[in-house]
Amino acid sequence: MATNLIDDELEMDSDATTRSQEYRWTLNFGPQHPATHTTLRLVLELDGERIVQATPYIGYLHSGFEKLGEHLNFNQYVTIVDRKNYVSPPYNEIAWHGAVEKLLGIELTPRCRYIRTIIGELSRISDHLLCTGASALDLGGFTAFLFAFNQRELIYDVYEEMSGYRFHPGYTRVGGVLYDFNDRVLDRIRRVLETIPKALQDMQKLLLRNKIFVDRMRGVGVLSREDAIRFCATGPIARASGVTYDLRKDEPYLAYPELDFDVPYCVEGDCYARFQVRLEEMWQSLSMIKQAMDKLPGGPVNVPIADKYPLPDKGTTYNSMEGLIQHFELIMPNRGVEGPANEIYSAVESPNGELGYYLVTSGSQTAWRTRTRPPSFIHFQMFPHLIRSHTISDVVAVLGSLNIIAAELDR
Amino acid sequence: MSDPRASKLTPSLAQIEAANHLVEVLGEPAVSTATFRDNVRVYVNRERLILALDALRQSGFDLVELGCTDYLKYPATTGTGCRFEVHYALLNRNSTARLVVKVGVNDPDPTLPTTTTLWLGADWMEREVFDMYGIRFDGHPDLRRILMPEEFSAHPLRKDYPLRGRGERHNFPVLKRDQS
Repeated sequence: MATNLIDDELEMDSDATTRSQEYRWTLNFGPQHPATHTTLRLVLELDGERIVQATPYIGYLHSGFEKLGEHLNFNQYVTIVDRKNYVSPPYNEIAWHGAVEKLLGIELTPRCRYIRTIIGELSRISDHLLCTGASALDLGGFTAFLFAFNQRELIYDVYEEMSGYRFHPGYTRVGGVLYDFNDRVLDRIRRVLETIPKALQDMQKLLLRNKIFVDRMRGVGVLSREDAIRFCATGPIARASGVTYDLRKDEPYLAYPELDFDVPYCVEGDCYARFQVRLEEMWQSLSMIKQAMDKLPGGPVNVPIADKYPLPDKGTTYNSMEGLIQHFELIMPNRGVEGPANEIYSAVESPNGELGYYLVTSGSQTAWRTRTRPPSFIHFQMFPHLIRSHTISDVVAVLGSLNIIAAELDR
Repeated sequence: MSDPRASKLTPSLAQIEAANHLVEVLGEPAVSTATFRDNVRVYVNRERLILALDALRQSGFDLVELGCTDYLKYPATTGTGCRFEVHYALLNRNSTARLVVKVGVNDPDPTLPTTTTLWLGADWMEREVFDMYGIRFDGHPDLRRILMPEEFSAHPLRKDYPLRGRGERHNFPVLKRDQS
């Protein structure tokens, strides 16, 4: 069997040879398939049940988000970035407004830095819960998936209480956030902190030493450390292959330098390692949220409106002359505030990996170019490499462990 | 903007050293550098691109981001004066230094050498740049459209392409069930 596989890899280079080999057959997987979870298509070339070559076709969900970013202003575009990685929208917002604020030279207030850190880590837990839960679901572990999804509901409750929207909070603004945290939000976050450890323990008990689950995950889709770097992998996928780089630790931003946390990593680089890294990251996130809640500073949440760029809150707009003028200047399309005409690359550690924005401005309140570095897009291109010589049943294991979000993949 | 707080964000020593090292390797006239906040940009010309990226790779930098910008009718001055600028955002995981290498191309012949020989991860990112801007990458193993359909004729992220399209959506070929 082993020699056959090597022969296959040698012959794969030539299209003509592949087509002439009649025993190979082609299977179309997707674009609508329960195990892809989202809209993407794979064409698998099979030798029996072994995959000789997988070719991904993407673009089914392409909606021109980057083009829209050139026509919406900095605050409007936050509703679009929410819809990129819709599993963890707050982190997209943090990345987007982080880039805008870096370019405009705005420094956030301490309370805002902590609030963004808390919702960012909540969204990381939410993202990892879906990814680990769906990995289990695809491999037949339905119970673990339900445990995970139940907890995600509680995180949606937090989003709802803090912003009014459950799924796409659209919570950040240039220089601050939409509303300050109130007591009810803090109560809901405490409830999440109380219930998630139990769910995580349940998931770990169900899956970590489950023979069926481990057999399907261990040694499948192995990504070596060198390949992780060559394929530009980042985030939990790179950390599962031994690339111990975490922007929260190595290029700290928001409140991360003041929090105590570890960066979990594995060296095996298989699906099981990615699963373990994500589980451990959720524990670290829980600890980070606890610390941030204890340290949550008082004071204003938004930068003062003397900064010209931030949108004043409703109270300031309706009750003060300066607030009203600033609101008018920022909202009316023929007014607008002058900003720098320059460009910047700014990245954060999103749940999926490095989420970066290459932001070019031309001096107005609308970006000239909003290039997103979408981690799903960059991770999905190594799928043919990971799946080669595995069986069809491993496709869902590898797809699940890469956590491909098609809205972010196609934008 | 003379915001005193903005000056807090400055490039690290490692970034400046890396940029200076690159200038030394390539020779002074071939490159120019610009800094903004904590970003260091190095502008190279098309002929020296692979040389520059390879030199950076050997000193520990790896590609994390590749993308393009169309500066058609851009109101301010750009680094190269070309219509398109492709950026390669690199990261040194040992010194946490970041460097952005930029190269300009112009419309009649928007061609660049491929970087898939250095990093496999550049594959899809170059395909996306080709899809959205029509910039061809010489030596790319599989330069096809990636997000737009194969039969699409325009390059939608170019500035002269309208936001609402040119009617492609209404004239999209539809495959009926009895024809399939």
